[in-house]
Amino acid sequence: MKIGVYVCECGSNIADTVDTEEVADSVKLLPNVAVSRVYKYKCSDPGQELIRQDIEEFGLDKVVVAACSPSMHEPTFRAVLEDKGLNPYCLEMVNIREQCSWVHADKDKGTDKAVSLVKGAVMRSELMEPLDRKKVGVISKALVIGGGIAGIQAALDIANSGFQVTLVEKKSTIGGKMAQLDKTFPTLDCSQCILSPKMVDVGRHPNITLYANSEVKQVDGYIGNFKVKIKRNPRYVIEDKCTLCDDCVPVCPVIVHDEYNENLSPRKAIYIANPQAVPASYIINPDNCLGIEPLICSKCRDVCGPEAIDFDMREEIIEDEFGAIVVATGYETYPIENIGEYGYGTIQDVISGLEFERILAANGPTAGLVRRPSDGRIPQTVIFIHCAGSRDPAKNLSYCSKICCMYATKHALQYKHHVHSGLAVNFYIDIRTGGKDYEEFYKRAAEEENVIFIRGKVSEVLQDGDRILIKGVNTLTAETIEMHADMVVLATGIQPSEGTKEISNLLKLSRDMSGFVKEAHPKLKPVETSISGVYIAGTVSGPKDIPDVVSHAGRAAIRSINILAQKELEVEATIAKVNDVLCRGCGMCVDSCPYGAIELKAIDRYGYTFEIADVNAAVCKGCGTCAATCLNGAIDQLGYTDSQILSLIKALADE
Amino acid sequence: MKDFEPKIIGFLCTWCSYAGADLAGTSRIQYPSNIRIIRVMCSGRVNPMFVVNALQQGADGVLIGGCHPGDCHYQHGNYQARRRITMMKKLLEFLGIEPDRVRMTWVSAAEGRKFAQVIEEVTEDIRKLGPMKQVRRKNEW
Repeated sequence: MKIGVYVCECGSNIADTVDTEEVADSVKLLPNVAVSRVYKYKCSDPGQELIRQDIEEFGLDKVVVAACSPSMHEPTFRAVLEDKGLNPYCLEMVNIREQCSWVHADKDKGTDKAVSLVKGAVMRSELMEPLDRKKVGVISKALVIGGGIAGIQAALDIANSGFQVTLVEKKSTIGGKMAQLDKTFPTLDCSQCILSPKMVDVGRHPNITLYANSEVKQVDGYIGNFKVKIKRNPRYVIEDKCTLCDDCVPVCPVIVHDEYNENLSPRKAIYIANPQAVPASYIINPDNCLGIEPLICSKCRDVCGPEAIDFDMREEIIEDEFGAIVVATGYETYPIENIGEYGYGTIQDVISGLEFERILAANGPTAGLVRRPSDGRIPQTVIFIHCAGSRDPAKNLSYCSKICCMYATKHALQYKHHVHSGLAVNFYIDIRTGGKDYEEFYKRAAEEENVIFIRGKVSEVLQDGDRILIKGVNTLTAETIEMHADMVVLATGIQPSEGTKEISNLLKLSRDMSGFVKEAHPKLKPVETSISGVYIAGTVSGPKDIPDVVSHAGRAAIRSINILAQKELEVEATIAKVNDVLCRGCGMCVDSCPYGAIELKAIDRYGYTFEIADVNAAVCKGCGTCAATCLNGAIDQLGYTDSQILSLIKALADE
Repeated sequence: MKDFEPKIIGFLCTWCSYAGADLAGTSRIQYPSNIRIIRVMCSGRVNPMFVVNALQQGADGVLIGGCHPGDCHYQHGNYQARRRITMMKKLLEFLGIEPDRVRMTWVSAAEGRKFAQVIEEVTEDIRKLGPMKQVRRKNEW
């Protein structure tokens, strides 16, 4: 075995505080070291060339580079080895810049430490083995979970690139929360008008299979090869036959709250979520309907001309395989009844932001007229309370929900547009208008349209006759405020949806302190997750406004296409490996594996059947937890084997 | 007599603690040179045997650095490491080794300053404990 050792001076970065010559000399006499050199810039072209020449001249089979952190130049030097036909895993990097020269000003101590680190690396490299990166095939189909604007955008972007997409939505229609909005800030575009064309595109796209009223129930497999079970809940209306004639609705005797209008209006047991719904078909809610087991009423079926209603529809499990998954399960509004002092739930005219959105909407419960829920009067004074739930680490959400400042400002502005004589007052902690044209929008509301902004929190909201009494404080003037209003709108914060929790448990995605799905890197990998091949789009990873969601979803689509466009994928080589002879099949590694990459398989040995551990190379991420768990030392992590680490320990702990 | 300079072996996970050490480097934060770092993919890779072995071979202290609880790159490797190390410290006591020679810490990739601080603390703690004498054994292989 011949090892080449290269000590980099990194200009003066290393050489100033580490005696590089001494480091290089210290390992020259070790057995197996064929050559040990110092070079000024090892990562430069001539520096790399030197290694290439030595590999040829000395026939090196292992290379140790003592330079900067492996996170910096490990790929560079691995490529050098590959150039010359060596296995890239026969490289060992020693970090004598970040760990020696930059942090230890004392040259003797720094040099001592560098010498022992390099010796350790040489001893470890003696035990290194060439490793193969395994290849797995890719199924060029994507699964998008969640049909809000994020899921819609991701599905369309993937489908437009020519790949098949399956979009699964829990509700009866896609569109999500955005379909409930009246207008969007800062342009005051009608939300439905910009969303519905995209929804229709999804419904019609030849590459998109849409499963509405369905849920993802099980996900197995790994990047490129996910096996997914989707449960399609019965709609009781045959989508293709329904002509949207609306004959069934008047005859239905069951009246319940309409979720689409935030329970402010009634609907029937057979209904369509909204006129723009995709898939464009009515649906029967089995919890409301009297026709489903037992069949008490069948009035809708009797009047249905095209015979679209089928009470015998059963749920269906669809099994399919996908190469990549986009999770776009979105958010839900914070349960503001938790904030007792605001009186939501006990005072009728205290409503949430989303409820006000429905009241403003032309297709909402009041047909676009601003009327308060209690008596239907047009409110003359409306108070908008910002941060309802957000930025309150003691009791509610600790984070800023990002969108509420803007939508509360928008609400106030829209109210003023509807009720010209009305008074709109906003209570805020801070106004956060980070976004294109947002500050201008806020300025317009405050300066041109006479929306009043008071800096301070509301401490109490009380019913006072048929009006509402607000107690608060103006923190800029340090005055307490008591004022009456006809209606109070809470700028509700947002939190991860139930679906986000369920799906992240199903896919084993890690979540942050607030429950949102965590990105692989908060800055540079905003759509990647801890699981390769699973990407996140939209508010599933934290509060976002619509433009952010659309661009986020676009990147999730691109990252999925990166996977789908490949014939096969290379997976990391430093994975777990089982020694069949030592393994006694206790299964402790199976339990310890965070990814379910290890299974017990039966093998035949000397005519007996044994169970031993078996690692799925495509699923294993190479954390090595199993190797530390195994009592027999039967499972080891390639590239970080027990013997390699022990030899390092021996070298580093040695006097 | 020369002052006692402890030898400390640090097992750092690639994703958080090792990156934190890199950050300490790029920020030029000075810390004692007694620490010798071994990079592992996850703190969950640290077999208690490694720790005992390090103490046997000549180390005076061992540091295990992982991602903060809940932040593990491998989902829950750091929890497993924590359990193992807590358990092992009890056994060290049984062997007559001061459990304080082994320390587990959480350093994120953004905590260069914390990393340096931890190294200072650990070095100081081990210095107080003095050289490791018990169960010293040289592996000949």
